[in-house]
Amino acid sequence: MMTLLPVDMMRILPEIILSVFAVLVMLLEPFVRGASKKLLGWLALLGVLAAAGSTVRIWLYPWPGMGTAFGGSVSADEFSFFFINLFLLVAGLVILGSMDYLERNHADHGEFYALTLMGTVGMCFMAASTDLIMIFLGLEISSIATYILAGYRRDDRLSNEAALKYFLLGSFATAFFLYGIAFVYGLTGTTNLLGASTRMGAPGQWTAFAQAGLILMFVGLAFKLSTAPFQIWAPDVYQGAPAPVTAFMSVGPKAAAFSVLIRIFLGSFTSANALSMKILWISAALTMCVGNLGALWQSNVKRLLAYSAIAHAGYVLVGVAAGGSKGISGVMYYLTAYALMNVGAFLLIAYLAGPDEQRVEIKDYHGLATERPAVAACLTVFFLSLAGFPTTAGFLGKFYLFRAAIHSHLVGLTILALLNSAVSVYYYFKIIVAMYMNEDKTECASVTLPWPVRAALGVSVVGIFYLGLAPNDFMGLTLIASTSLFK
Amino acid sequence: MDWLNEHTLTIVIFLPLLGAVVIALLGRTRASSARAVALLFSLLTFLVSMRVYLGFETCHGFEEMVPWMGSPPVNYHLAVDGLSAFMILLTGFLTPLCVLVSWKSITERANEFFIFLLALQTGMIGVFASLDLLLFFFFWEVMLIPMYFLIGIWGHERRVYASIKFVLYTMLGSALMLTGIIYLYNVTGSFDLPRVMDHLVNYSALSPVAERWLFLAFFIAFAIKVPVFPFHTWLPDAHVEAPTAGSVILAGVLLKMGTYGMLRFCLPLFPDAANAFAPVICFLAIVGIIYGALVAMVQPDLKKLVAYSSVAHLGFCVLGIFIMRPEAVEGAIYQMFSHGVSTGALFMLVGMLYDRRHTRLIKEFGGLATSMPIYSTFFLIVTLSSLGLPIMNGFVGEFLIIVGSFYRHASYTVFASIGVVLAAVYLLWAYQRVFYGEITKEKNRNIADCDLREKLILTIMVIVIIGMGVYPQPFLRRLDRGVTTMMFRLNRKSLLLTDRAPARHPGVGR
Repeated sequence: MMTLLPVDMMRILPEIILSVFAVLVMLLEPFVRGASKKLLGWLALLGVLAAAGSTVRIWLYPWPGMGTAFGGSVSADEFSFFFINLFLLVAGLVILGSMDYLERNHADHGEFYALTLMGTVGMCFMAASTDLIMIFLGLEISSIATYILAGYRRDDRLSNEAALKYFLLGSFATAFFLYGIAFVYGLTGTTNLLGASTRMGAPGQWTAFAQAGLILMFVGLAFKLSTAPFQIWAPDVYQGAPAPVTAFMSVGPKAAAFSVLIRIFLGSFTSANALSMKILWISAALTMCVGNLGALWQSNVKRLLAYSAIAHAGYVLVGVAAGGSKGISGVMYYLTAYALMNVGAFLLIAYLAGPDEQRVEIKDYHGLATERPAVAACLTVFFLSLAGFPTTAGFLGKFYLFRAAIHSHLVGLTILALLNSAVSVYYYFKIIVAMYMNEDKTECASVTLPWPVRAALGVSVVGIFYLGLAPNDFMGLTLIASTSLFK
Repeated sequence: MDWLNEHTLTIVIFLPLLGAVVIALLGRTRASSARAVALLFSLLTFLVSMRVYLGFETCHGFEEMVPWMGSPPVNYHLAVDGLSAFMILLTGFLTPLCVLVSWKSITERANEFFIFLLALQTGMIGVFASLDLLLFFFFWEVMLIPMYFLIGIWGHERRVYASIKFVLYTMLGSALMLTGIIYLYNVTGSFDLPRVMDHLVNYSALSPVAERWLFLAFFIAFAIKVPVFPFHTWLPDAHVEAPTAGSVILAGVLLKMGTYGMLRFCLPLFPDAANAFAPVICFLAIVGIIYGALVAMVQPDLKKLVAYSSVAHLGFCVLGIFIMRPEAVEGAIYQMFSHGVSTGALFMLVGMLYDRRHTRLIKEFGGLATSMPIYSTFFLIVTLSSLGLPIMNGFVGEFLIIVGSFYRHASYTVFASIGVVLAAVYLLWAYQRVFYGEITKEKNRNIADCDLREKLILTIMVIVIIGMGVYPQPFLRRLDRGVTTMMFRLNRKSLLLTDRAPARHPGVGR
C-alpha cells in the first residue's frame, strides 16, 4: 500500500490546481445566469494562469516541486513541465477564443470550460506519467473530455456525428493501447516504464511478444496522433466539432500523445530502436503523403485544415524518428509553433463562420482582404506559417526537425517531407487566393471580433514571429527539457 | 560615418522594408502619397546601392557579422564582392523605375502594391548580400510571397494559375536546396559560406558521390529560377500574367538569382561536380538558346515573345558560367546585368502599349511608327540592344561568352552564334510587324505617344544601355577580381583532386 506524501502532492501541483478550478466551475455553474456565464470562462482562465504560474515557480525553485512522485509513476521534470505549459497555452487561447463563440451559438454553459480544464488535466498526466497505467488514465481523462466537447453543438447533426465517431473509434484505439500495456505487463511484471524497459530485452533481441506489445501501444497512440493509416476519423470529426473545440483537439491531445510517444519510444524502450525506427519511418512517410494529398481536394476550410493537421503530425513524426535531444527539442519547438498557428487559424475560422458555422467553405472567404485587410492578413500569417515560410515559426520548426533528421541520416525522409511541404503550399494558398485575388463580396465582412479573441489572435501572431525570428531563448528551453528525459 | 559604413548593407536591405511599413501606416485612403513614399524610398535605396557598388573594395565588402541563432549557429553575415554588388546595383536601379512604371497603371489597391514591391526589394537585396547559407535561404523564400501577391492580385486573366505555378516550381526546387544546405552543415559544422568553403577545400570532406548529389540539389533549385531549358515552363505564364512592374522585376532580378546562385554556390562549393556536369548543362543551355528563340519567333503575343527571349538570353548566361573560363564568366555576369536592363525596358515598353490598347497581340498593331514616333524610336533602340548590336550593352556579354566558348568546344560557338542570329530574326520581325507598314486598325491612328513620365523612364534606360555598350570597362574591372579568385579556386580544387585521385580514401566524408 502506497502512502500519500505531501511532497507527492507538490509534484502534481499544476494538475491539482486545474482540477480544483474545473470542479469550481462545475459547482458555480447552477448559480450563474445568462450573460454572466462568461465569468466562468474567466475563472477557468484564471485556473490556467495559476497552473502555469505554479510550473514557472517550480522550474525556478525545483525543490520540492520537481522529481518523481507516487512510487515513480509520475515524474515532474523539465520535459513534462514543457508539455504542461504547452497544453496550458492551448487551453488558455481556446478559452479566450470560445467565450463569445459559445454565446453566439447559444451554447454558453459552464461545462465547456470545466471539460476543457479536465481535458488539459488528462493531457498533463500523459506528459508527466512514467507508468503505463497512469499514462492510460491520463489518456482516458483527456479523451472523454474531448469526446463530449466534440458534440457540444447539440442541435447540429454534424457535431453529433463527430462526437459519436470520435468516441467509438477512440475507445477502440485506447483498447489497443491497453492491450499493449497488458503485453508489457505480462512480459515484465511491471507497468513502470523504467522497470519494464530493462526487462523487455536486449537491443535487437526482443521477442515477438515484446514487439507486439510495442506495436499495439503505437497503434493506440497513432489514433490520437491521427497518423496514417489511423487518420480516417480526423477529417469528419474536425469538420463536425465546433471550431474552437477543433482548435483544442487538433493540438492538445496530439501534443500529449507525442509526449507519450517520446517517453515510451525514445526515453524508455530504446533497446527496440531498430523496430521503432521502422515503425516511425513508415508512418511518418505515409502520414505526410496522405495528409497533403487529401488536403489538395478540399473545399471546406475546416476539413482542409484537418488534413493539414494530419500532414503536420507526419512532419513531427520525422523529428521523433530522428530522435536524440536534437530531434526531441525540434519536436517541442514544432509542436509549440503548430499550437500557435493552428489554434489561431481555427479561432479565426470560428468567428468568420458566423452563427451555426454556416460560412466554412473557401468560397465564403472571397474578397475578404479588401473588406477586412487586418483579418485577412492575420489568417495569411497563420497559413504562411503552416506552409513553412521563413520569418514565421513554421519555417524554423521544419528546419529544426529536418536538421535533426539529416543528422540521423534520414536524408530520404527529409526530402520526402520537404517535397510534401512544397505541395502543401498549394492548398494553403487556395485560401489566400480566395481572400486576396477575388473581387466578390464576402458575407464574412460583417463579423465582429470581440477583444478576448483579438487578444488570443494577437498572442498567436506575435508568438509566431517571435519564435520565427528570435528562437534562441526558446530553443534553450526545449534543449533543457529534452535532455531532462535522458537523466 | 563609421556607423553608416559598418551597416551599409543592413541599410540597403531594410530601407525598402521601412518604406513598406511607412506606406502601411499611411492607411488606406491615400494612393498618391503611397506612390510618392515608394518612389522616395526606392530612390534612397538606389543611392545606397550606388554607395555599395562604388565602395565595396575599399570597405572590405561592407562585411557585417552578428550571431543570430545559437544552435545551430546561424549568423547574420553580410558582405558583397563584385558580383553581388553588381546585382544589388541592378536591383536598386530597377525598383524606382518600376515604381514610375506603375505610377498610373496601378490604380486598384495601390498601397498594397507598393508595399509588396518594396518588400520584394528587401528580399532580393538580402539574397545577394547574404553570406550565410541559411540567411540566404531565408531571403530566397521570403521573397516569393510579395512576388506571388504582385502577380496574383494585379496580374491579368490567368494570374491565379500563373502565380501559384511560379511559387510551386520555386518551392519544389528550394526543398531540395534546403536539404542540401542542412546536409552541408552536418558535414562542415557551419552555415557560414567562407567557413564551409574552407572546410571543403582543406578537408575534402565530401565524397565524390555526395558532392554530385549536393551539386544537383543546389543546381536544380537555381535552374528552376533561371530557368534552364526543361524547367522553364513557369516563366512564360508568370511573365505574361504579371503586371508590368512584376515582369520587369522578374526578368531583371529574379531570374538572375538563379545564375547568381550558380556562381556563388554551385561552382565554388562543388567544383568537381560542376566540372563533371558542365557538358550536360552547356548542352541544356544551348537547347534553351535555340528553343527559346524558335518559340519566341512564333508568338502572337508581344509579351510572351519577350518572355521566351528571356529563356534564350539566360541560356547564354548559363552557358557562359559553365564554360568556366574567366572571360566567359565575366561575360555571363555582364549579360545578367544587361539582360536586366534591356528586357526590363522591353517589358516596360510592352506595358506602355498595353496601357493604351489593352492588348498585346502583334496582329492588333502595325504602322505604329507614324502615330507614335518617339515610342517607336525607343523601342528600336531597346530591341537592338536586346539582340546584341555592337555599341550597346547586349553585345559585350554575348561577345565575351562566345569568345570563351571557343576555347571549350567549337560547336558551342556555332550554336551560340546561331542563337544570336535567331534573336535578330524574332526581334526585328516583331518590330517590323508592329511598327512598319500601313495602319490597319483605326484605334492605332490616334494613339497617344509617350508622355513625360514615360520619356523619362525610357531615356534613363537608353542611357544605361548605350553607356554599358560603349564603355564597359569600369563595370568589367570591378568584376575582374572576384571572377579571377573564383576561377583560381575552381582550377586549384580540380588540380588537387586529380593529383590525389588514385589514393582517394574512403574514410573522408560520409
